[in-house]
Amino acid sequence: MDGHHEIALTRRHLLASAGALVVGFSLAGRGFAQDNTAAPKLPGSLADSPMLDSWIRIDGEGVITVFTGKAELGQGVRTALIQIAAEELAVDPAEIRLVTADTGQTPDEGYTAGSQSMQNSGTAIRNAAAQVRELLAEEAARRLNTAPDQLRAEQKKLTGPDGHSLTYGELAESMDLPVEAAPASPLTPHARFKVMGKPLQRVDIPAKVTGGRAYVQDLRMDGMVHARVVRPPSAGARLVALDESKVKAMPGIVAVIRDGDFLAVAAEREFQAVNAMRILAAAAQWQESATLPARQDLPTFLKSLERQVGTVAQAGTPDIPSDTKVFRARFTRPYQMHGSIGPSCAVALMQDDALTVWTHTQGVYPDRKAIAEMLGMPPEKVRLIHTEGSGCYGHNGADDAGADAALIAKALPGRPVRVQWMREQEHANEPYGPAMLTEIAAALGPDGKISHWNYDLWSNTHSTRPGGAGSLLAGRSMAKAYPPEPAEMEITPSGNGDRNADPLYTVPNKRVLWHFLPDMPIRVSALRSLGAYANVFSLESTMDELARMAGADPVEFRLKHLDDPRAAAVIREAADRFAWSRYQPAPGQGRGFAFARYKNHAAYLAMALTVRVERETGHIRVERVVTAIDSGEIVNPDGIRNQTEGGILQSLSWTLYEQVTFDERRITSIDWATYPILRFSSVPDSIEVHIVDRPDQPFLGTGEAAQGPTGAAIANAIRDATGVRLYDLPFTRDRVKAALAV
Amino acid sequence: MSIHLKVNGRDHAIDSDPDTPLLYVLRGDLALNGAKFGCGLGQCGACTVMVDGKAALSCVTPILAVEGRAITTVEGLGTAENPGPMQRGFIEMQAAQCGYCIAGMMMRGQALLQENPKADDRAIREALQFNLCRCGTHMRILQAIHRAGELMQQAGAAPSNPGAG
Repeated sequence: MDGHHEIALTRRHLLASAGALVVGFSLAGRGFAQDNTAAPKLPGSLADSPMLDSWIRIDGEGVITVFTGKAELGQGVRTALIQIAAEELAVDPAEIRLVTADTGQTPDEGYTAGSQSMQNSGTAIRNAAAQVRELLAEEAARRLNTAPDQLRAEQKKLTGPDGHSLTYGELAESMDLPVEAAPASPLTPHARFKVMGKPLQRVDIPAKVTGGRAYVQDLRMDGMVHARVVRPPSAGARLVALDESKVKAMPGIVAVIRDGDFLAVAAEREFQAVNAMRILAAAAQWQESATLPARQDLPTFLKSLERQVGTVAQAGTPDIPSDTKVFRARFTRPYQMHGSIGPSCAVALMQDDALTVWTHTQGVYPDRKAIAEMLGMPPEKVRLIHTEGSGCYGHNGADDAGADAALIAKALPGRPVRVQWMREQEHANEPYGPAMLTEIAAALGPDGKISHWNYDLWSNTHSTRPGGAGSLLAGRSMAKAYPPEPAEMEITPSGNGDRNADPLYTVPNKRVLWHFLPDMPIRVSALRSLGAYANVFSLESTMDELARMAGADPVEFRLKHLDDPRAAAVIREAADRFAWSRYQPAPGQGRGFAFARYKNHAAYLAMALTVRVERETGHIRVERVVTAIDSGEIVNPDGIRNQTEGGILQSLSWTLYEQVTFDERRITSIDWATYPILRFSSVPDSIEVHIVDRPDQPFLGTGEAAQGPTGAAIANAIRDATGVRLYDLPFTRDRVKAALAV
Repeated sequence: MSIHLKVNGRDHAIDSDPDTPLLYVLRGDLALNGAKFGCGLGQCGACTVMVDGKAALSCVTPILAVEGRAITTVEGLGTAENPGPMQRGFIEMQAAQCGYCIAGMMMRGQALLQENPKADDRAIREALQFNLCRCGTHMRILQAIHRAGELMQQAGAAPSNPGAG
């Protein structure tokens, strides 16, 4: 590192003296940045990968390549990042070639998660692109003997006042030194935007609607074999006997792979592998044990797991005086699944002691570390290339399928191995969003405002992502097994199980506690919005009841407890667009309102909606949804709308239909019949998404803002329609009928 | 024994077990990406194709059952360079997030509009009832199929099925 260090300083010196530019390619990390500890923190992910050429490269032909450590998950981030780079480099979006998460090429940006791609990668690319544009202009000015501000940028050329011009390619050719980003960038102001802030058609959609190669599932390689894994029928089951003879006699079989309790079969053709998997499963005997809480009710079970309590927030004197009007309630959220429409898939190739895995993981770098550990390989011999899969909505089976493919590829060097999970495997083995229990006691003061707020939540961790090899199913099953890593409670500003547990509302006396459950009898991990869904459901249901107790309108009641003008703005926008003050209910109909600022520091979202409740059947239909969102400066308004509509409908599905079921041993939600989700007949009549633009403000992220408010708004609308409040998710027909006691 | 399949207007002799589901032949033997494996159980619709103009679930349809019949996949509706009306509808409405379910939605929509060119919102919702989307793109999928219907009407003729030719 010392040698490197010296070179960097020399190059900076050269840059300063000669005005020379940048743009080779390096994956240099923090090392360079550390020599100047007094420097202000660089914006976004530049703080971790400060070299401009980690993000942007322009070759002699003028081809512009932009690198991001984030991955396209169907959220449209590819298109938005292209827009940002095109805006700051003053080129057409079609000129940008974007390379996404690949340990062989891109910066390490950890996971594509938590609605942070725009803040982290978008901010880094925007600043890097603006600085590259400035360096290009300085170089052009020097060579054209003019001033940088006299240059006009268009069509990848910089033209001086005398009409002479230089192309980006010509300029870049002489600029091959890595340059560290500066803390401040000459960002293009909002008023001059040509590409950002406007809808741009998603670059990935044409291939997706015409049968182009769009997914890891579509990879086909010479000599590729198809593999299927036989998973244990329940967590922790041990493989005690196996007769491989029948399978080995089947046509097209390449290998049966067994490593401890890990069992798989590879075949030349895909349906041969499927058939072989079934025969192999029938020939395997497993020893199972009863580890699941099937016969216990959820609150009792969750409370029995409590080992540790952490304070999430505290203010004033939280204990509620005895002579106060108090609302008390208990809410539950069951285990819920990601339920990707395409089961997890990966392709792996072991060649010359180096492994390549094409995977739809959310984190190529952390997953590489886990797979390398599992196989006892040095990480630099393992390359993970993100290749899009079906939408994941958090930590689903992606990392496990990658590990499966890697473990099988190790046994079949030289042959690409494609592993695809079956539907029942995805349903039964993905890590679920954790079940949660929350309890609230909130009091009103004589002024009709909230005086006390006591909130307790019981939850596992919401992230068991890699991590080490023990976070991978294959790693847990191998003969040399890696045990799951113990979970620890961490209370951070972004939150985990406690995400959004602390109300944004002004409350003088409050206490928010996380009763942490370290044991995970059912495998859990990150599901879109983590704890925010259950916490916002609980908080916003409570706000509704407190407004009733205070005899106040629920919208006005919320506004009375908020100091943040951006929060107030989305609430007013949603209420106005819904025509909240003029609402007249139809028979059987009710309206509900909810608000949250995601993580209490990201996007603001408010929502009003109507539901119709059929008392006889318990059927609930959400009819009209009106939403307002502020996720900072807009890059692609249609992208924000698409993500918000999606968040609303996914949360509607969680709220009305979804819960993972199990008996004492096994998960029994194993397909779409046993784990029903939203269907078209229950899709609302309309969903409006109104965006509050915040020019020149930081990006706040969009993808997880709607989940919490949707669940709460539905609950509040049911309460409005029926007079009955529902506390336990999901609001199935049986539960609704029981609550209405028809 | 080989089975003769007619896919997107082209004839293929397939050397596979007659009980092989059509999906595996489309994806494996013919290298067509459009039809997707979603459940293998006929529950989600990601694998939907058209057989003689009717929507069919290719993951549970053995190839023997469709021998000689006109099979259309999303590749048969147009190309990225020259998209057909259904594909244009989905592009114009930006009706995809991850997009994994979308080809199945399009084939279901295509079959509906071929049978009922003036299908209303209710008819479209009914037709899509067995197709699952997890990203929550439903509103746009409905709009895209409406838009495809308009484009087909504007094209003057009844919607054609290029794959059936």
